[in-house]
Amino acid sequence: MKNRFAFSTIMLWVGLAFIYIPMVILVIYSFNASRLVTVWGGWSVHWYVGLLDNTQLMNAVKRSLQIALYTACAAVALGTLAAFVMTRIKRFRGRTLFSGLVTAPLVMPEVITGLSLLLLFVAMAQLIGWPAERGVMTIWIAHTTFCTAYVAIVVSGRLGELDQSIEEAAMDLGAPPWKTFLLITVPMIAPSIAAGWLLSFTLSLDDLVLASFVSGPGATTLPMEVFSAVRLGVKPEINAIASVILLAVALFTLLAWFLVRSADKRSRMPPPEDDKHITWQAAINSRKHS
Amino acid sequence: MNKLISRILPSGRFWVISVPYLWLFLFFLLPFAIVLKISFSEAAIAIPPYKPLFDYVEQSLNVVVNLGNYIFLTQDSLYLAAYLGSLKVALISTVICLLLGYPMALAIARAPREKQLVYLLLVMMPTWTAILIRVYAWMGILSSNGLLNNLLMSIGVISSPLQILNTNIAVYIGVVYAYLPFMVLPLYANLVKHDETLLEAAMDLGASKLSAFWKITVPLSKTGIIAGSMLVFIPVVGEFVIPELLGGPETLMIGKILWQEFFNNRDWPVASALAIVMLAILLIPIILFHYNQSRAMEKNA
Repeated sequence: MKNRFAFSTIMLWVGLAFIYIPMVILVIYSFNASRLVTVWGGWSVHWYVGLLDNTQLMNAVKRSLQIALYTACAAVALGTLAAFVMTRIKRFRGRTLFSGLVTAPLVMPEVITGLSLLLLFVAMAQLIGWPAERGVMTIWIAHTTFCTAYVAIVVSGRLGELDQSIEEAAMDLGAPPWKTFLLITVPMIAPSIAAGWLLSFTLSLDDLVLASFVSGPGATTLPMEVFSAVRLGVKPEINAIASVILLAVALFTLLAWFLVRSADKRSRMPPPEDDKHITWQAAINSRKHS
Repeated sequence: MNKLISRILPSGRFWVISVPYLWLFLFFLLPFAIVLKISFSEAAIAIPPYKPLFDYVEQSLNVVVNLGNYIFLTQDSLYLAAYLGSLKVALISTVICLLLGYPMALAIARAPREKQLVYLLLVMMPTWTAILIRVYAWMGILSSNGLLNNLLMSIGVISSPLQILNTNIAVYIGVVYAYLPFMVLPLYANLVKHDETLLEAAMDLGASKLSAFWKITVPLSKTGIIAGSMLVFIPVVGEFVIPELLGGPETLMIGKILWQEFFNNRDWPVASALAIVMLAILLIPIILFHYNQSRAMEKNA
């Protein structure tokens, strides 16, 4: 039985190797003492030490973290609302357009989204004088729009699995809808909200294309800073920055994973495999009898 | 369910819907209308660098619809080549991702439940990491004095360095590398729901492993295949970072051209026209993806 899927298992390992080997090489070479990127000159951390003194880079890091923080909070609020509307309110005018607007940012090429948002901001500045200058604020709006879609997908997956009878019971007992939502629904979907928050945070931290379009002079983010350095070629300093970013994201991802896993364990007390098997058996039996 | 809806006060319900709706309308849909508008205006040396579409002079409204930008796109073969180049890269990469990702997703879906989560995390983690950095990692590997060439030369496969970086091959490697997880995840989500007893039944009835796979697993995973393929195909058409860093002079992709037109030439109307045409090309796959998604969601509900 186990042998049956040998080909796919081999492919899984080949795929994972393909995904991870470049990143491992990158991290190893960030500790290279040699100035030449391809020649190994022994272990050293001096590329990392230099990063802290680079004020331009550190400012970009601060700005990126600030934007990511604001983005994650706004995207969670908007995305959770959107997910709630998608899964709980089946009929309202413009529902098709709404669900289209929620999923479209996931697939829309970033250059189109970036260009269109910039042109919007320019047109708005002409018409109503706001935003007067592009920077943290406009990047935040762009990132929030983009991350809302991700949060909505993550949260709506969880909302769809929830047992709605608990919400209905709360309302039957007289809780107003907003109270039911805050006291019953939100705690039950809390892990996916947290996962959505972390996802938005890392996506915002990572974005280059949108930020390049909608930022103004003097508001460079970390990816923009890295990109302009990378364009000039491979350098040990960039290896060091890249490794730090990889490490930070890996930590965030592990955290998000633990959140999802603990929620998964709680919600699936009866193992789903057995569950499915029983229903399948029941279906076969009922057909036999009829 | 109905109770929940009826209990929500009209005003509360209105706000719950309208806040995300308004945000997405204002910052996602409206901007496309503006791009469309600017694609019809004439470039000018001004801030912003285009002429207004509407002109109100002496009680007469003049609407100047300039088709010049679109005509310009057809006259220079560069743009057509870039569109075709993008479609070709996206199509080939999608097929490679499917061929590589399908068995991966199958292996994860058939693994024990505890391991599934670990594998999923391993596949998912890179999508949360800067695409820029992962593409950068390949620059060091593929360059002519890079690790791959050094490795191949030291084991004697080649005698002189191969030119891989700054060619289309590097772009394919980068695109497949960056977008593979987007193929694996929807396929996994679909495959994990399959009932294995169907396969057992097929085998009991005498089907070979391969024909059971073709006749049961593949048709059942259709929505996953569509979702995964669209998640790879659509963004790759507009990809900018990968062709910019890994591609060379022969690499013509529309995302890169749009970027250059906008930032280097500062021709906003032509950049807008490029975006509109790109959007028109992608409209069918985007609608297909959306239709597929909402059908899958309805099935779950």
